[in-house]
Amino acid sequence: MSVTLEVNGVKHTVDASPEASLLEILRNDLGMTGTKFGCGESMCGACTVLQDGYSIHSCITTLADVGTDPITTIEGLEKDGKLHPLQKALLDEGAMQCGYCSTGMIMAAISLLKRHPEPTDEQIIQGMSGNICRCGTYPRLIAAIKKAAVEMRSKK
Amino acid sequence: MNLDKEVAVQDIELTRRGLLRALGGGFLVMLAVPDVLGLTSVQRGTPLPQNIGAWIHVGTDGTVTVLTGKVEVGQNARTSLTQAAAEELHMMPEKVKVIMGDTDLVPFDMGTFGSRTTPTMVPQIRKAAAATRESLLELAAKKWNVPKSSLKAENGVIRGGAHSASYSEIAKGHSIDKLIESKIALTPNSEWKTLGKSLPKVGARDIVTGKHAYTIDISLPGMLHAKVLRPPSYGAKMVSVDTSNAKAMPGVQIVQDGDFIAVVAPRVRDAEQALAALKVEWKEDPGIHFKDLFDTLRGKESLARPAIPVGSKSINSTYTAQFIAHVPLEPRAAVAEWNGSKMTVHTGTQRPFGVRSEVAKALGLEEKQVRVIVPDTGSGYGGKHSGEAAVEAARIAKAINKPVKLVWTRVEEFTFAYFRPAGVNEMVGAALPSGQLTVWSHDNFNSGNPGIESPYSISNQHAVSHESASPLRQGSYRCLGATFNNFARECHMDELAHLCGIEPLEFRLKNLPADSRLAHVLKVVADKFGWAKLKPESGKGYGIACGTDKGGFVATAVEVALNEVTKDIRVVRAVTAFDCGKILNPDHLKNQVDGAVLMGMGGALFEAIEFDKGKILNAHLSRYRVPRYSDLPNMETILVDRPSIPSAGAGEAPILAIAPAIGNAIFNANGLRLRSMPMKL
Repeated sequence: MSVTLEVNGVKHTVDASPEASLLEILRNDLGMTGTKFGCGESMCGACTVLQDGYSIHSCITTLADVGTDPITTIEGLEKDGKLHPLQKALLDEGAMQCGYCSTGMIMAAISLLKRHPEPTDEQIIQGMSGNICRCGTYPRLIAAIKKAAVEMRSKK
Repeated sequence: MNLDKEVAVQDIELTRRGLLRALGGGFLVMLAVPDVLGLTSVQRGTPLPQNIGAWIHVGTDGTVTVLTGKVEVGQNARTSLTQAAAEELHMMPEKVKVIMGDTDLVPFDMGTFGSRTTPTMVPQIRKAAAATRESLLELAAKKWNVPKSSLKAENGVIRGGAHSASYSEIAKGHSIDKLIESKIALTPNSEWKTLGKSLPKVGARDIVTGKHAYTIDISLPGMLHAKVLRPPSYGAKMVSVDTSNAKAMPGVQIVQDGDFIAVVAPRVRDAEQALAALKVEWKEDPGIHFKDLFDTLRGKESLARPAIPVGSKSINSTYTAQFIAHVPLEPRAAVAEWNGSKMTVHTGTQRPFGVRSEVAKALGLEEKQVRVIVPDTGSGYGGKHSGEAAVEAARIAKAINKPVKLVWTRVEEFTFAYFRPAGVNEMVGAALPSGQLTVWSHDNFNSGNPGIESPYSISNQHAVSHESASPLRQGSYRCLGATFNNFARECHMDELAHLCGIEPLEFRLKNLPADSRLAHVLKVVADKFGWAKLKPESGKGYGIACGTDKGGFVATAVEVALNEVTKDIRVVRAVTAFDCGKILNPDHLKNQVDGAVLMGMGGALFEAIEFDKGKILNAHLSRYRVPRYSDLPNMETILVDRPSIPSAGAGEAPILAIAPAIGNAIFNANGLRLRSMPMKL
């Protein structure tokens, strides 16, 4: 069975059932490995991508759930060699150790900042609650999100 | 020991040739480090081979490559080792490439554990780098027929008078290698240009763009995906298996070797379906319920109790700690390829050479027929010493003669990896009314002796670890047994302080040498926390604790808020001071300290493996809670720099003080002494 989905502005047709997990399709069928597998039950956020601009956990999202909505993955953020403000903010704040959670954190934070362009600490904690950094870099991640928020607002 | 030496000699020759093939001709410096190792007490396993260390290759294309058996698992060793090399090479760190954990290219290394990278590998790489620089200066002096002392090496260029040439140009045509002695002068830290600075994480850009390939991201041409059949409980034996349904699925292959059964398919989803289609009958082996864990570990052994001197007050307490899981966000994974004579396995492990041995043994191959490559890995915390996924993927790849990827599920990672040991600590402490300790007795059951020796001044000390039959597979962890031993000791110190009617910080300081590093971090933390000015407040409590392990000294003070209705224990504020000698990278050190403190909160407050009859009952992140954003306290970290003391590692010791500080704060809040990790109201 073939299913068509739009990822980072490009339409892809894959041989899969509509019940296939978006994460597996992204990673294995489309070779976009920036989105990570962490738990498979929507508890860690390593697999976070954007569906129509808002964060979802791709491990429990099926192709049927996605339908024709555009998907954005970490691979879709960098434009002409220029990093997204959140990518840059994680670098500036050194907000990582092993880095395995980073891409999911960035995607979740983009969604958060879309809802709350000027987030309070509580809104960050609430909005990022689905993402785990087992290395414990949360203080730096919060600093990075605030920093990116300032930059993104100044560009508007 | 002799065997190790032979292996090492064989490794060097083979690796040297492979290396020059891989990196092209050039100038290879190998470091002999007998005196460095002589100073090091290697505590576990076999000793390190005597005649190797770090290698440095100066290529003809402008690159300088450092080769080390250490691996990067988030502790930022790649960055600190880059700094170490750049410092002594007199180069910009961006021009230095570090190859880590590739057993065909790097010198043998026992593994990345025990906080050894900083105290052993940093000096080795510095010596190798300094020797490389000096060798290049000698070559240049010879080439230009000038005295070596008239030349300077700066920014990868050698200059002197009218002469100037890059390291690469000097190295060109010299396909020699050089074995050097380790007695070479290093740059004093007052002159450091790169070390001691907060160099950003090497490779970070590829992480935020998703380009860095962790093991689970590696793909080889023609690669298939595998799933391994797991028993329903520990020790279960296979009675019968019917693979016919799975075998009939298009593209599915079965690998069967005794009880080891794997399914392989071109796509993960097909492999998952094939695994589900296996019909297996098991005979299970009944095991204990975790509620009986501590009785089982403690056993019936009767202990001789120390005599309490007349005039001393004493207190006896028993502390317990549950099994906990490392939960590295990247689960165990491996990509294996067999080419008919050589097995190459990409996997995330802290012991690449150990995993090479495991794979060779499991497949009946010689070690030189196995190459283990460790990409920078999605964390370990002591949980990736072993190579289960690597061995499994290698067995499957060899059986079907195709490249294979195996990624463990979270349930597999929770169930078939290993745990930080559970344990029981029986404590007896006695002190004079003045607060001076007179007796200290610490009997540990199962979780081991790391950190069991008290750092306090006590003449009459008994500290023994007793072995138990663990119902679950257990292994290393950040600080291993020291976390629980320190929890028991520091809570027991608090108990004794209250018994003597002495303020807990004062009680500790009375029993530490005034000029000790542990006393210093305690004082620094107390000062920053405002310990002396604290006022009791309903529902709030304050606690302080300290600890030392692996050359690191830590003290943490916390404020907790208790909710007697929801039974919630909230850490509101955590202040930590840490001293591990001379600081190599302040920002990364702070990152490690903060991370360790947060991880320690998990074991202190909510992490515990529940099991019954050999089954893990909570092998899911939905049922095993780890620290999240919402648990984050207001954190402050003070780094104590000791320029005259060699740097110790920092990935482990900062975890030591948070749990007892929380326990002591809970007691301060409501008078309840919680002696079990995780602590629950």
